[in-house]
Amino acid sequence: MPAVQETVDQVRSIDVDQYKYGFFTEIESEKAPKGLTEDTIRFISAKKDEPEWMLEWRLEAFRRWQTMREPEWARVSYPPIAYQELYYYSAPKRKTALSIDDIDPEILKTYEKLGIPLRERDALLGIESGGAKVAVDAVFDSVSVATTFKEELAKAGVIFMPISEAIREYPDLVRKYLGSVVPVTDNFFATLNSAVFSDGSFVYVPKGVRCPMELSTYFRINERNTGQFERTLIIADEGAYVSYLEGCTAPQRDENQLHAAVVELVALADAEIKYSTVQNWYPGDSQGKGGIFNFVTKRGDCRGDRSKISWTQVETGSAITWKYPSCILRGDNSQGEFYSIAISNGRQQVDSGTKMIHLGKNTSSRIISKGIAAGYSDNTYRGLVSAHRKATNARNFTNCDSLLIGDKCGAHTVPYIESKNSSAHFEHEATTSKISEDQLFYCRQRGLDPEEATALIVNGFVKDVLQQLPMEFAVEAQKLIAVSLEGSVG
Amino acid sequence: MAMLDIDNLHAKIDGDEGQEILKGLSLKVNPGEVHAIMGPNGSGKSTLSYILAGKEDYEVTDGSVTLDGEDLLEMEIDERAAKGVFLAFQYPVEVPGVATMTFLRSALNAQRKKRGEAEISTPDFLRLVRDKAANLGISQDMLRRGVNVGFSGGEKKRAEILQMAILEPKLCILDETDSGLDIDALKVVSEGVNALRSPDRAMIVITHYQRLLNHIVPDFVHVMHKGRIVRSGGKELALELEANGYAEYQQDAA
Ligand SMILES: Nc1ncnc2c1ncn2[C@@H]1O[C@H](COP(=O)(O)OP(=O)(O)OP(=O)(O)O)[C@@H](O)[C@H]1O
Ligand SMILES: [Mg+2]
Repeated sequence: MPAVQETVDQVRSIDVDQYKYGFFTEIESEKAPKGLTEDTIRFISAKKDEPEWMLEWRLEAFRRWQTMREPEWARVSYPPIAYQELYYYSAPKRKTALSIDDIDPEILKTYEKLGIPLRERDALLGIESGGAKVAVDAVFDSVSVATTFKEELAKAGVIFMPISEAIREYPDLVRKYLGSVVPVTDNFFATLNSAVFSDGSFVYVPKGVRCPMELSTYFRINERNTGQFERTLIIADEGAYVSYLEGCTAPQRDENQLHAAVVELVALADAEIKYSTVQNWYPGDSQGKGGIFNFVTKRGDCRGDRSKISWTQVETGSAITWKYPSCILRGDNSQGEFYSIAISNGRQQVDSGTKMIHLGKNTSSRIISKGIAAGYSDNTYRGLVSAHRKATNARNFTNCDSLLIGDKCGAHTVPYIESKNSSAHFEHEATTSKISEDQLFYCRQRGLDPEEATALIVNGFVKDVLQQLPMEFAVEAQKLIAVSLEGSVG
Repeated sequence: MAMLDIDNLHAKIDGDEGQEILKGLSLKVNPGEVHAIMGPNGSGKSTLSYILAGKEDYEVTDGSVTLDGEDLLEMEIDERAAKGVFLAFQYPVEVPGVATMTFLRSALNAQRKKRGEAEISTPDFLRLVRDKAANLGISQDMLRRGVNVGFSGGEKKRAEILQMAILEPKLCILDETDSGLDIDALKVVSEGVNALRSPDRAMIVITHYQRLLNHIVPDFVHVMHKGRIVRSGGKELALELEANGYAEYQQDAA
């Protein structure tokens, strides 16, 4: 069955307001006391059996955070977040799993329901199936519950484990790189994350190693009133290569849930990191009730010469998305890429984009952004491309296309360009279009119903970005696109 | 019973207070017949084809249209397509990023599904497209490109006929399929159309030139003028029009 057809079936099978991943799993959990004080942080750190330096690091972040204010410059509006009403730590009650067999079967069922691609689900279950292998780390609320293929990865010298474990097992590596890309004091949400992060994934690919499989993390928020603050740190040592996939879902709830993650990537000389996200947090209902507030800081540092970092994202969920995966092009001849599809429907608000900071010589970056707004949603691309004084021959190509479906939604493009070096060459293209009546009529004349026609046209619109995703993710993303546009026509 | 029965059709631009474009048009088309419609620019030929296909820009103010006895005007656009109405567009529309192959397959399966038929298998579909495309001189490269994107005028028209050949409609409406075709392409396209002629399929061929009708020989020729069919005849009527033009019908307009 071609993906488009599958997309269409998916649309058909789902009712409006029916978020597929909106189920809640009954499992006992252990939580930190509600609210955020130094004690909460000590509680989290103690739960994780952390060394003293880690606790100090968190406490310092917390003290800084208390002096900071929530940013207001993004084109999003939301009621004040009651930080003291949240739970900052929630762990499934059964002890953190040591092997797959120790995982609560309820959690495994949850991942099954999430439709984690079969191969990956098998991987979670410890079954080896044919084809390309994907190692999965699954984060449930605050805790990482399983990392598969650990041994096979270890043979290649690749470290892929929950960051909480890495802090204990590889303290020197973690200490060297944690906060080196996104400093503790970077911004309100990143600082909050630094104080309270509970888990996330850690990846280290040693010199000259090409990671033998895709690495993948699934994030799932389950508990009510629980913030999820995961922290991901990926280091590709000289000449290393790694491709990392991230998927996210959450149950359907009336109240908003907070998600404030930090992702740091470090690429040393000649290394390459490809980071792909399919973000499908619960978007809220058609009236804007509920949904995830997604405030994420993602940044990659092309620290070595000729290094490369590539971000690909498909953003379909969340009530509010505040997210700017960025690249610091520090090494000479380094390259940064950002490919993005951001879809908003209903009352969703998306403010997303990227920053390409050119510091080294002959650095280049490429930005392809496709924003699709439907319903009453607002979709903003915000991007910064800057060239430092020493960044001779910096080159950037930016292409931002927006597509509007209906006339109650908005698309905005806010590009900032700063060049302190006259040899920099920055190109920017932007278009805004509506799905044309002629296209819809043409497709429908050939037999497609309005939703099939819209899904087809939108899939065509985002093709350049979909092509950047690993095959299986691309198929999943195509389905998601159709599902998120559900009810946007007719 | 006629397959298509258009009776006293009046239509105007939707929401427009202005003049009617179709002013009492009647036409009966039986299975197996090929009807040519000729007429000066602006006489309403494309409008008629759009209304038959269900385009929403028009408002029917009077009259009726039935397909096999069913009220065509009540049907959704895609429903009409699934019932076998196909329009080869005068100006085919581009759908960027959607490979022609993907488009064809989505369309075919959507129609099949609406008719309660099973989806076509991948090998069957590939074979079908390969055969039909080869006959129309359409390259594999074109099939991989976005629908009509970067196609030349003639390529677009050939692609329309390819879609028609694959969807196997019951009522084919060809709106100036010959415009933009070079002499060789005209032959190829006409052969493609002729191959689809069958006792249970009907065609309405809109054209300005007798030339096309040398290749696709019609059973009837109609002259359309100011939103009405003002004269009907056999294929020799086209020759007469080629020689004399529409002056005879335009006297009252002058
Ligand atoms: N969407 C529209 N908006 C405004 N006017 C329209 C529209 N569609 C058709 N018309 C007008 O209706 C009349 C008939 O147009 P139509 O395109 O049907 O003519 P035609 O016979 O196909 O002409 P041609 O031979 O040039 O293709 C023209 O005067 C045209 O300007
Ligand atoms: Mg016309």
